[in-house]
Amino acid sequence: MAAATDDLLIEARGLTKRFGEFEAVRGIDLAVHRGELFGFLGPNGAGKSSTMRMIAAVSPVSGGTLRIFGLDPRTHGPHIRGRLGVVPQLDTLDQELSVEENLRIYGRYFDLPRAECRRRTAELLEFARLSDRAGSVVDTLSGGMKRRLSIARSLINRPELLLLDEPTTGLDPQARHLLWDRLYRLKQEGVTQVLTTHYMDEAEQLCDRLVVIDEGRIVAEGSPRQLITQYSTREVLELRFPARDGSASTAELADQLGGVGSRQEALADRVLIYADDGEHALGEVHRRQLRPDSALVRRATLEDVFLQLTGRSLVD
Amino acid sequence: MVERHLVAYRRMWLIIVSGFFEPLFYLLSMRLGVGRLVGDVTVGGRPVTYVEFVAPALMATSAMNGAIYDSTGNVMVRLRQMHLYDGVLATPMTPADVAVGDIGWALLRGQLYAASFLVVMTAMGLVHSWSALLTLPASAAVGLVFAALGFTATSYMRGWPDMDWVTVATMPMLMFSATFFPVEAYGRWRWAVNLSPLYHGVAMIRSLAAGVWAWSMLIHVAVLVVLAVVAVVVAARRIDRLLRA
Repeated sequence: MAAATDDLLIEARGLTKRFGEFEAVRGIDLAVHRGELFGFLGPNGAGKSSTMRMIAAVSPVSGGTLRIFGLDPRTHGPHIRGRLGVVPQLDTLDQELSVEENLRIYGRYFDLPRAECRRRTAELLEFARLSDRAGSVVDTLSGGMKRRLSIARSLINRPELLLLDEPTTGLDPQARHLLWDRLYRLKQEGVTQVLTTHYMDEAEQLCDRLVVIDEGRIVAEGSPRQLITQYSTREVLELRFPARDGSASTAELADQLGGVGSRQEALADRVLIYADDGEHALGEVHRRQLRPDSALVRRATLEDVFLQLTGRSLVD
Repeated sequence: MVERHLVAYRRMWLIIVSGFFEPLFYLLSMRLGVGRLVGDVTVGGRPVTYVEFVAPALMATSAMNGAIYDSTGNVMVRLRQMHLYDGVLATPMTPADVAVGDIGWALLRGQLYAASFLVVMTAMGLVHSWSALLTLPASAAVGLVFAALGFTATSYMRGWPDMDWVTVATMPMLMFSATFFPVEAYGRWRWAVNLSPLYHGVAMIRSLAAGVWAWSMLIHVAVLVVLAVVAVVVAARRIDRLLRA
């Protein structure tokens, strides 16, 4: 096999997924290469999980083409799944088994020899910092421990490609940072990872490259830095004004601020000014005789990009 | 799959053991009470005591119970509450593997009950023929049918209230599968007894335990095997439909 195709772990063209009348994924093109940490960013219901389930060779493709390791999931499902690790959005740990048995028995589903399962289980317990809980029943673990166990379980077959569906949703900051640390270590070991998230800091910290999905389509693609440069300014100035009546006033203020920075956005309680130099923009605000209660200059984040691309209204 | 259950049930052995006692208590009550009131019954032209008549039927019932326990309630938990199968299907395992594994496990549980029951029957002096050993494969067929039917039925259930249908189905089967009285007693409703899968198991195990051979046994075997195959195939399809949308 040529090096170029060997390097391409996921390739999708015009990938779609329909559930009856509803089209969850509407034609996605993707290419994920070996060693990458690739992210799907999008609001709830954007089609992230549906795409992940198709890549995991669990959910059948409705249209377009999908190749994982150069293979068609329709015909090579078991083979593909044997080389994948999957961390589902909701833990599917075996509640009737202990922590240690969860890992060992999962390895058996991959048809690994018993002795090998035992060896890898000990390793992974160490990796997930769960060695002292090996005999515990799953139910007694904290949320963070369960996620770590899920990740450890997904590694039992030494996957070439790890799929993580919202790995840190619902975790406290300590648990998230520990998890990020583990994912980063895996990346250094050369494990290709694809993750979905709606935490921007997570995507910014971890992903080499990401796509923003909205309503089943890719609306932007690039590295976190590229996306910020392309869809936002370097800095954002947040202005809070004394309370007046209603949101119309922030819109009026935004009008009065026309021409300051490269773009103005009126929210219910504040006005955002996108500018490459936030301090300079603030000076301009003062020159126009506007007196905000507070003014904050910050670096633009992926969150600004995300909200610009997918809108601020609640999608559910 | 089967290995997983073995490990899981190491901690729940009491639940398994308890299921065995139900038909055993039935049998003891027959021996102590009803058996003295009722005279002999003929099986294939040979007279046997009432206890000898009922015991093989209860053996078939215990195979059914064991298989049903595991393929309904437990499958429901694995499917809807634990999401166990979702995790398993992320591995090279296929829906057919899952169905075969779990039906196989339920069958084993039924077989465990049936085998213990046979031991008790032998100890009580109710077994007179070496052909009684063949009741084991026969009860395996019963277990397979009910494991597969239970699994398939469970896949259609939306929640725990639907579980009551299992009792609605198995209770009359226990009562009206020529379990406690000969099929001749059903008169013109005799044809209806043929609709019960349990009846075919009861009839077969009863003949084998008594050491009586008849051509009709082939029909019973055929019914059980066909039912089992159909149910396993449907079960695998249902898992596919439910979990791989």
